[in-house]
Amino acid sequence: MPNRLRSLMILGLIGIASLPLIVMLAFLVIDSFSASPPGTLIPDRFTLEHWRFLWQTLPGRPSIWTATANTFLFAGATGTLLVAISSTAGYALARLDLPFRAFFLGGVLVMHAFPTVTLIIAIFLVLQVTGLYNTLAGVVLVKTALNLPLGIWLMKGFYDTVPWEIEIAGVQDGASRFTVWRKLVLPQVRPGLAALGLFSVIDGWNEFILPQVLAPRSDVQVLSVYLAGLISDDSRFDFHLFKAVGLFYVLPVTLIYMIFQNRLMSIYGGGTKG
Amino acid sequence: MRIELQHFSKRFGDTVVVSDMNLVVEEGEMIALLGPSGCGKTTTLFAISGVHRVDEGRITIGGRDVTRLPAQKRNVGVVFQSYALYPHMTARRNIGFPLAIRGMERRAADRAIDEMAELLEIRPLLERRPGELSGGQQQRVALARALVRRPDVLLLDEPLANLDARLRLDMRGEIRRIQRETHTTAILVTHDQVEAMSMCDRIAIMDRGRVVQIAAPAEMYERPASRFVASFLGSPPIAYLPAAATEGGLRVGDALVPWAGTAPRDTPLSIGVRPEDFGPDGPIRLAGTVAAVESHGREMLYAVDLALGARLRAIQPGIARARIGEAVAWGFDPARMLVFDGEGRRL
Repeated sequence: MPNRLRSLMILGLIGIASLPLIVMLAFLVIDSFSASPPGTLIPDRFTLEHWRFLWQTLPGRPSIWTATANTFLFAGATGTLLVAISSTAGYALARLDLPFRAFFLGGVLVMHAFPTVTLIIAIFLVLQVTGLYNTLAGVVLVKTALNLPLGIWLMKGFYDTVPWEIEIAGVQDGASRFTVWRKLVLPQVRPGLAALGLFSVIDGWNEFILPQVLAPRSDVQVLSVYLAGLISDDSRFDFHLFKAVGLFYVLPVTLIYMIFQNRLMSIYGGGTKG
Repeated sequence: MRIELQHFSKRFGDTVVVSDMNLVVEEGEMIALLGPSGCGKTTTLFAISGVHRVDEGRITIGGRDVTRLPAQKRNVGVVFQSYALYPHMTARRNIGFPLAIRGMERRAADRAIDEMAELLEIRPLLERRPGELSGGQQQRVALARALVRRPDVLLLDEPLANLDARLRLDMRGEIRRIQRETHTTAILVTHDQVEAMSMCDRIAIMDRGRVVQIAAPAEMYERPASRFVASFLGSPPIAYLPAAATEGGLRVGDALVPWAGTAPRDTPLSIGVRPEDFGPDGPIRLAGTVAAVESHGREMLYAVDLALGARLRAIQPGIARARIGEAVAWGFDPARMLVFDGEGRRL
């Protein structure tokens, strides 16, 4: 029994420590569905008024559905591009006899250590000149490029764990180098691809600063920019509305975590069972 | 098919791994490349398979010059030490992979796979993945994959190194049986002399990138070209005694050993005596004390520290014929001894 008592005490302590967060989260949900009289936090009636953004476009704002579609497009496109480029570049760096291989490896690491924000003015100028400013394609390219060092390095790490003999066996069996990669090596790094894809989609979903600076126009706005717009507007300050949109914004990410929980666990656990 | 290496050399950077190697493997023959690690045997194997570029020399398979041919076009089957099965595929798809790459029609491929599986007795395992197979079973799948396309040449890179002793014994016979039944020319790379002697028609012993001797196992055992070769074959290994050429023979310690060979008088020589040739009954007697007695069941193994300052091992069948610490005067038959000069060449 003392064991039981101990775990109960630990649970209690953890509960108390995380109470502020739990209360805040609870109020995020409660506030979005209710109204409370002035001067108190206790709600007195249920209302869907704060969720009106779902069926009517707020004055001076784009439709929430445009923003949602943009966010999906942004997150999906950066994820796809990142996985596609990292899986090939990582393989090249891990296995092919490239010229300047060491230079590229070092370069990728340096890029990874470089803080994004310091580059933003340069990137802004590049997009202006190329005509990609205020387009989704522009931010997608920038976001992907900035995530590439991490992606390439991660995939290289996964490729490094694939035994050389498997590739030699494939070549000996008559397969071209590309077929070996596609049919024999890629299946071995699937956990890596899944991890990178998930990470990238979630990261893209959460990205704020790049779309805010590089694609602020209302028809290419993503949800994070839309959300920030709500509180930057001092004249129409509506905290309940902000909370409702916020809840709407985190819903897909929560869903992804719930669906891929096991998958993510096995990735972080380092399992490679296909 | 007949394999021929002519003046083959291979460097990695500044290190010469194989230099000026000549080797002919006859059609249907199985030959072993035997040597210590780093002697260049695996490099040679992968040069034949096409994975390593050939720096100098020529390699032909069945008369066709393959020196510059990419690995994919050589029709060579390879079995790796780690088996290198594709972990995400079932045994059937593993074996079928070389056929699928060649665009063989599904039904014909399945027939070929079943036939191979029959030969290797792995029919019931075909739907399993490598992770669900034991080491010996994986070995069989790897062999099937190497043989299913009817390769011109079968290359085996330490195929038994990862198996336990019991399985190794079984697989030695199995590999040899299958190689014979499919009449495939084969090269076995190994550092295990028992494997080389028991499985192959001929053995090529390599040392530091050079072939030291090529011969049939029995011949090589009886007439090794050098001390290096003699030491490599036989377990427990041959032991050496210092000797000197004198009038009418060799002086070994106090004994005068009759010897028909010739060497300049008083040059330092050595004689090699194998453990099975040393025992209580040999004609040339040497005094010493028994240092160790080991029972191996069928036979006893002794180590005798000789008065002249060397240790000889003896293998004798039956019950113990001496105790540890006992003073003995055991002997060997001079007809069975091997005589080497100062450089280790056999005289």
